[in-house]
Amino acid sequence: MQKYYLNYLDELESEAIFVLREVAAQFKNPVILFSGGKDSICVTHLAKKAFHPAKFPFALMHVDTGHNFPETIKFRDDLIESLGAKLIVGSVQESIDQGRVQEEKGKFATRNALQITTLLDAIESNKIDCAIGGGRRDEEKARAKERFFSHRNDFGEWDPKNQRPELWNLFNGKHFEGEHFRSFPISNWTEMDVWNYILREQIEIPSLYFAHERDVIRRNDSWIPDSEYLIKDESEEVVRKKIRFRTLGDITITGGIESDADTLEKIVEEVAAMRSTERGNRSDDKRSETAMEDRKKQGYF
Amino acid sequence: MSIDKNQLLRFTTAGSVDDGKSTLIGRLLYDSKSIFEDQLDSVEKTSQKKGHDGVDLALFTDGLRDEREQGITIDVAYRYFTTPKRKFIIADTPGHVQYTRNMVTGASTANAALLLIDARHGVIEQTKRHSYIASLLQIPHVIVCINKMDLVDYSEEKFNEIVEDYEALASKMMIKDVQFVPISALHGDNVVNGSENMDWYKGGPLLNTLETLHIGSDINKKDARFPVQTVIRPQSKEFIDYRGYAGRIDSGIFRIGDEVTILPSEFTSKIKSIDTIDAELEEAFAPMSVTMQLEDDIDISRGDMIVKTKNQPQKTQEVEAMICWLSNEKYVPRTKFIIKHTTNEQTAMVKNVEYKVDVNTLDRVENDQDLEMNDIARIAIKTAKPIMVDEYRDNRNTGSFILINPNNNETVAAGMII
Repeated sequence: MQKYYLNYLDELESEAIFVLREVAAQFKNPVILFSGGKDSICVTHLAKKAFHPAKFPFALMHVDTGHNFPETIKFRDDLIESLGAKLIVGSVQESIDQGRVQEEKGKFATRNALQITTLLDAIESNKIDCAIGGGRRDEEKARAKERFFSHRNDFGEWDPKNQRPELWNLFNGKHFEGEHFRSFPISNWTEMDVWNYILREQIEIPSLYFAHERDVIRRNDSWIPDSEYLIKDESEEVVRKKIRFRTLGDITITGGIESDADTLEKIVEEVAAMRSTERGNRSDDKRSETAMEDRKKQGYF
Repeated sequence: MSIDKNQLLRFTTAGSVDDGKSTLIGRLLYDSKSIFEDQLDSVEKTSQKKGHDGVDLALFTDGLRDEREQGITIDVAYRYFTTPKRKFIIADTPGHVQYTRNMVTGASTANAALLLIDARHGVIEQTKRHSYIASLLQIPHVIVCINKMDLVDYSEEKFNEIVEDYEALASKMMIKDVQFVPISALHGDNVVNGSENMDWYKGGPLLNTLETLHIGSDINKKDARFPVQTVIRPQSKEFIDYRGYAGRIDSGIFRIGDEVTILPSEFTSKIKSIDTIDAELEEAFAPMSVTMQLEDDIDISRGDMIVKTKNQPQKTQEVEAMICWLSNEKYVPRTKFIIKHTTNEQTAMVKNVEYKVDVNTLDRVENDQDLEMNDIARIAIKTAKPIMVDEYRDNRNTGSFILINPNNNETVAAGMII
């Protein structure tokens, strides 16, 4: 075998560490956007590696829709404690209470789009100049256009048609007061890469990713977990199924899939055989062809 | 697991929608089974709506709303697929608008360029332009895909004619490794699967070529260069005296005990340790991200470069470079820019625009100091403080830079040091 080359996972890891160190060097007050999902957990793990043996110089910021899986919140708090990191919470409920945003109405109401205001408010009030996200270019067609260093104007907006060209490994994070950046260290990773990496590194993830019994309803071709926040109509019957989640988000819109995969090895095997994308179970992305693009332009993750 | 040995190959595509570029990418993704069912459903629906027969493969590369509406690509999009042999990243660059700027961007990190030629038209002006950019950016491998072979009756003669024309063109440029594949992206001949229509072609299909390209030599392993990104000082009880220099190795190999020089200060020391969270390493090589400790206490900060004492880059305040102008705004003579080179940033000024290159004819245009979007030119630059450079053709990382306009923070030019 030839010597002195990296396999693709090592190369992706090295690239992500490089990006995280650039963020630390180019910005004054960067945070990791932490949702409790596998991608932001992966980014947090990479940050730990990038600055070892020092602590990483980022706080974790969670935009809390108020509609959480209890498991996610527990996981978040345990992780914060073990890292000794600072947690910043932006609360959608508070944004609603303050009249900054209005709750959507009806059966398909979600707080997904409301997060944009909460996120931008939290960025502004905490004087964040770079928010590091776990977004990946393979997730969605608008995300396929993202840069490693992505500029946001002073309204927090993304202008996909007028982005700074990004060449070689030279990232330009220069900005004026009030503007900020988003950075995506795992841009070049696919869902499969993330799972292979989690398996290789034995990274701890919330139990929700593993197959478990849960009360669910059938909606939009996926299994939506029953919870106190879910508005059901009479035709929607609660059943108990063995499921797991491919992505984690707001509990009212995150659909699960039927599965027996209860170990990381089995999940990797299952993901490798998947014939549909992970975001296919997210009703936030199903609203229209350009749902993600429209939200991202306004300042979404 | 055998998958753990697999390497990553980044390639860019050059060609327009008319050459079948989007169809080719769609075909690669579709036939390599990288398309998911929900994506296929959505493309099938759109194809029907638009009245196409069957699935329009080009729709798999559709992006933003404006692009879908206008049927054009505005900006580089990245796509991913994996085979049992390799992981691939495609930098899908637009064919028409702002072509040069986008191709330069996509090419800057690519191991290979797929260059599309319409078999009916052969080598045309656009082919010349694409090849020039590939050679300017020193993409290590060029694969010429002669597409639409179905429309020339899968003619071997036609194929050979184009190969001959292209070789004549390539011989005038610095293109290191060229391969040719006759394909029909629309029907799938020689893309992922072989072709029954072209039994005269003895080579493998395109995917096979991508899977077997020798990319081991694409990274410079000879000149050890380590630009410091940030200094790591834990200031914890356990690591009270720890002072590590974090960065990604741009090129070459470093080992514990190596005699090193720190630039620009020219202090010397020896490598004490090469650390990662997982292990202390005996040696490390490009493109690994590591943290190094040195034997001596020296003042080192971001922007400095650690190199082996016996093999050093040039420390200079004057560089000659080929640049591509990327900005909507024209170049204004005597403007002060920020030059970003490795992790180092300095003030810089363009001393002279020596000549511009007409990318269609490849002729030099002298006595023209104007630089506009998509222009390629040779310039002379002076920097306020030294930068540590290698020639771009020897080292893509220490031979490249960008210019930033400090008045609006935009990246205005990309440069390759001569």
